[in-house]
Amino acid sequence: MTRLHSFHGGIHPLTHKKESTQSPIISAPLPAQLIVPFRQHAGDAAKPVVQVGERVLKGQLIGEPVGMISSSIHAPTSGTITAIELQQIAHPSALPDLCATLVPDGLDEWGVRQPLNYRQLSSDELQKHLRRCGIVGLGGAAFPSDMKLSHPVVVDTLVINGAECEPYITCDDMLMRERAEGIVRGIEILRHALGTDSVLIGIEDNKPQAIAAMQRAVDDSSHPFKVVTVPTLYPGGSAKHLIKVLTGVEVPSGKLPTDVGVQCFNVATAYAAHRAVEHGEPLVSRVVTVTGNVEQPRNYEALIGTPFSDLVALSVAKPDTNRYIMGGPMMGVELPAVNVPLVKASNCVIAASDALFPPPPAPMPCIRCTRCAQVCPVELQPQDLFWFAQSHNFGKAQEFDLFDCIECGACAYVCPSSIPLVQYYRYAKSEIRARDLEKRAADLARERHEFRQFRIEREKQEKAERLAQKERAAAEAKAAAATVIATPVDPTADADDTQQMRIDAALARAKEQAAAATPKNTEALTPEQRAEIEAIEARRAHIHELAADAGADDEPPKHSQGN
Amino acid sequence: MLSSPFITRPLTVDRIMLRVLYALLPGITLYVWYFGPAILVSIALAVTAALATEALMLKLRDRPVRPFLADYSALLTGVLIALSIPPLAPWWLPVVGTAFAIAVAKHLYGGLGSNPFNPAMIGYAVLIISFPQEMTQWLSPQGMGHSVLTYGDQLRYVFSGVLPVGMQLDALTMSTPLDTMKTQLHLGMPMSDIRDLPIYGRLAGKGSEMVAAGFALGGIYLLIARIIPWQLPLAFLGTLFALSGIFNLIDPAHYAPPLFHWFSGAAMIGAFFILTDPITSPTTAKGRIAFGIGAGLLTFLIRAYGGFPDGVAFATILMNMCVPLIDAWTQPRIFGKKKGSER
Repeated sequence: MTRLHSFHGGIHPLTHKKESTQSPIISAPLPAQLIVPFRQHAGDAAKPVVQVGERVLKGQLIGEPVGMISSSIHAPTSGTITAIELQQIAHPSALPDLCATLVPDGLDEWGVRQPLNYRQLSSDELQKHLRRCGIVGLGGAAFPSDMKLSHPVVVDTLVINGAECEPYITCDDMLMRERAEGIVRGIEILRHALGTDSVLIGIEDNKPQAIAAMQRAVDDSSHPFKVVTVPTLYPGGSAKHLIKVLTGVEVPSGKLPTDVGVQCFNVATAYAAHRAVEHGEPLVSRVVTVTGNVEQPRNYEALIGTPFSDLVALSVAKPDTNRYIMGGPMMGVELPAVNVPLVKASNCVIAASDALFPPPPAPMPCIRCTRCAQVCPVELQPQDLFWFAQSHNFGKAQEFDLFDCIECGACAYVCPSSIPLVQYYRYAKSEIRARDLEKRAADLARERHEFRQFRIEREKQEKAERLAQKERAAAEAKAAAATVIATPVDPTADADDTQQMRIDAALARAKEQAAAATPKNTEALTPEQRAEIEAIEARRAHIHELAADAGADDEPPKHSQGN
Repeated sequence: MLSSPFITRPLTVDRIMLRVLYALLPGITLYVWYFGPAILVSIALAVTAALATEALMLKLRDRPVRPFLADYSALLTGVLIALSIPPLAPWWLPVVGTAFAIAVAKHLYGGLGSNPFNPAMIGYAVLIISFPQEMTQWLSPQGMGHSVLTYGDQLRYVFSGVLPVGMQLDALTMSTPLDTMKTQLHLGMPMSDIRDLPIYGRLAGKGSEMVAAGFALGGIYLLIARIIPWQLPLAFLGTLFALSGIFNLIDPAHYAPPLFHWFSGAAMIGAFFILTDPITSPTTAKGRIAFGIGAGLLTFLIRAYGGFPDGVAFATILMNMCVPLIDAWTQPRIFGKKKGSER
């Protein structure tokens, strides 16, 4: 029996998981058209490698990874690419992104699939294969899985995240119930690629059927994996918190799990890895929960790119539905429109109404009751962060570890004054990031300007030097010509040249004199002034470093629900 | 467009305040039992003044009136002030104290959530400094004074200042048990003789000790219901107990025993209802312990050596001033930044 650990805070919202676990996963029918975004993962968007009008097969590469952190995009079914253009996607900004429109031909005809034997592959080869197959974290952060296997640090524990702590979402639960064997095979592939011994599969105790199914699959496989039942506590599915519960190790702030020898994957990611390696299938579909204000809440296996409106229509949204949420009610985002496409990170769509999620009452002032601090899983002081964000005291907010906030929403859930705390933190974070960028841009512009000045100065000097050299050479030649008359030189050509150079030199001299007449204020400085300038430069360099560090901090998806 | 989380299930501010008000009921009931209904009149006056002042100030500050009146915070301030002044006080005493507390100590600092000082204690401090005479005429427990006022007599006196023929105010009132002890010690009477005076009961003042026990009972409910943090009352009462215990052990003739301190004056209501005001107390666990210890220390010092009958109000106000400092010094380390987080 694994000894469990605990983390501070957490909440017990009503789970509402029963509604969507009453019927098995079914395949959603082929939609009339698929909209496949080229950016479905953390990192750089994939580059389109197909033409408009081209016929593609199911699983055919249509977007290839660009740069280190990126992934591949595939055609989810066979059909014709009818457009590659900017379209609205499931992002709260409602900003359009590059997508391919695919009209299915109804044949669902696979391209070449090449199953592999993972035992004969090195970690490197497996990583390349997963990247080719577009495998990314399916828990919500969509971080490319190959990157998580390519860590130079030794990983001794592999944590598999089946916690699924958010209310309403049941796609991992149903996947574990129905496809435990595939998940276990996928886990073995990931374990092989990492070269770890210990594998812990964490599942919250509100999913007894999933736990039983996984335990059975592990027993059948005879792999020494441990299925561990963890207490239901939101946000226990946050990767860092699950790692704490299972291993007792706290991933240091700003670090990755691998820094403490742990790596974490979501159960659905493990399943996708199994399909990719042992069936040669790229990631073209996923299980998604459709629930909330619908007649038939359930889970669908849906093709990536399926418009959410198709899925909602299958489950029949009730008439008073007035908005849709992608993800869970604690951390999900409201869809800008219901016809945006399903992406790899979409685990759930909730039809919402004012009856289901009543709008919160008007916010009251903070009374410092610290109920937020009592539930904060990161042990922040949310009431202080709120105060700083509200008063635009962003430096202080950063000092109080604003960027360690995982935006789980537990604070806002319990706030007696109904303050939308998470919104304040997001606002403060984006303000800090924007200011940082602005400052960096200004610094860069100033540096460019200074360098330009320096370059002009240097070029002038070099020109003057060249001229002086040439004049010297001409004078020597003249002297030589005067002494040795018979020397076969062509004085006229040279003379013209030197003439021109003399004129240039004179102009340069005049310019120099003009410049000397109005000395730049950075010249002729006292030693004190020079020291001061140096100190300022040192400070600026330091600030640059800090800014670079801060920027690096928020790049890895630290608060993933397990990828 | 709303943003996550889309679900909340808070214990709202008004429900928190309402539970605190419920928790005061045992103490108030015992108050009426031992001292008659005059206190209810004081409470009604203070509450009316509190709500009227709150509404007026909100209007002046151009804030919505209804939601803030409905949060019960002004009402609670009124009740706490009424409970800290003598019940036979003239009607304007609770009115003036409460109006000052709400207008100056609360709204001039920015209203709910922004006041650095506990408004009820500021109201009390203003009254005891401005009207020391009226503030020290406490009713004797029913049947203990030389003459007994009927309920009607009590009400008539509060509003008109007229006592039944042949009765003197001095005969009906007394100074508090804490005050009496201080005076008698000053006059040279040893502690053991003082405790034999008829105004004292088993632990502290007759009647008032039971009222304090009633407040403690309500406080324990608040602790169990997790409305108030345990650190504040525990640190405060613990410090008061330890200090008075040490002094009592060393010099029992001049220092009252710890339980006397616990059940006298505002110790119990202070521990569970005054110090625990979240707005004016620290937000960190360690900070709350420091705050409670400081308040306990100051309360004991003022009681033992100060010029005022009780020390809880001034101890609270002095500690309120230290809250920003305490908070800054006791910031906890966060997840992933603790010692031993790396292996």
